[in-house]
Amino acid sequence: MTPFRVSLFATIASLLLILVVFELIRSRRLRERYALLWLLTGVVLLVLSAWRGGLNTIAGWVGISTYPPAVLFAIGTLFILLVLLHYSTVISKLSDQNVILAQRLALLEERLRSAERVRES
Amino acid sequence: MAELRRIAIVPARNEKGAIGDVVREIRDFDPGLDVLVIDDGSTDETAELAAAAGAIVLRLPFNLGIGGAVQTGFKYAVEHRYDLAVRLDGDGQHDPAELPKLTAPLLRGEADIVVGSRFADPDPAYRPPLARRLGIGFFAAVVSLLVRQRVTDTTSGFQALNERGIRLFADDYPHDYPEVEATVMVVRHRLRLQEVPVRMREREHGRSSITALRSMYYMVKVLLALVVGMFRRTSPGRSG
Repeated sequence: MTPFRVSLFATIASLLLILVVFELIRSRRLRERYALLWLLTGVVLLVLSAWRGGLNTIAGWVGISTYPPAVLFAIGTLFILLVLLHYSTVISKLSDQNVILAQRLALLEERLRSAERVRES
Repeated sequence: MAELRRIAIVPARNEKGAIGDVVREIRDFDPGLDVLVIDDGSTDETAELAAAAGAIVLRLPFNLGIGGAVQTGFKYAVEHRYDLAVRLDGDGQHDPAELPKLTAPLLRGEADIVVGSRFADPDPAYRPPLARRLGIGFFAAVVSLLVRQRVTDTTSGFQALNERGIRLFADDYPHDYPEVEATVMVVRHRLRLQEVPVRMREREHGRSSITALRSMYYMVKVLLALVVGMFRRTSPGRSG
């Protein structure tokens, strides 16, 4: 069985995570689309922290009999991996777009320069 | 042939020692060939010297790497409706006098992309370092297998393309060390690839962008791209 104090602290930590994410969205420092995964992480951790029976059941499913809160670590780690992977895709997309912008800029600058040359002559 | 609009695409990064001569040499060899230098974020006077030598210059705001730079040239060629493009490095290792060998198969309509190979016809004068030779041989074997056609030099940036080739590369071109992936891409898009033996010079200035330490990263990265590329559809609605 999950010790009560572990549940209590895990619940507080999950609530804190949700609050911080909420505040970041409110102050427009975090866009909603990037906040969704974090909120999902917070909510899932919150539910499993507070709902001790559920945590025990899941621990039983995956074969953890000695210490159910290990499931919280596992799920937390999984979500961190998901968030990081998501960021890798975001970075890849941004760098692709960056390349396209740089290329367009170079092409437009040349076009502008040659138009100016034509006008001067 | 005189009616074909022709362009030479020359990527250059910090090549102030060579770029002026490279541009002049190309123009002297074929005055009908427009020379386009893509300055890939140089910190020296590469762009000014290229322009002074008579090249059209595209200045990238920061370094994109060889793939991104070359692709900029292909995009320019598409926008300005060139029929034929040749690609030479900005360090002077590609001799314009070899260009007719590259363009001949295009003009005969036998190929869409022609690659100048240092190894198709072994040149005893050219011997790259062992690590480089192994890497080149390895990729030549892998690529030959993938495209079911004998390819001997997958790192050669000495190439000529017709309009179909230009459009393909303007649309999609690999990053970092593009030639290996590009070779496979060409064949998967059903474009005809041909290799012709050419001689290349020792580089006059600067060093190869591929250092010994980077070779490992290069090999792993390109292998990953090749393997994943096999599972990628070439264009929407068409698999290959």
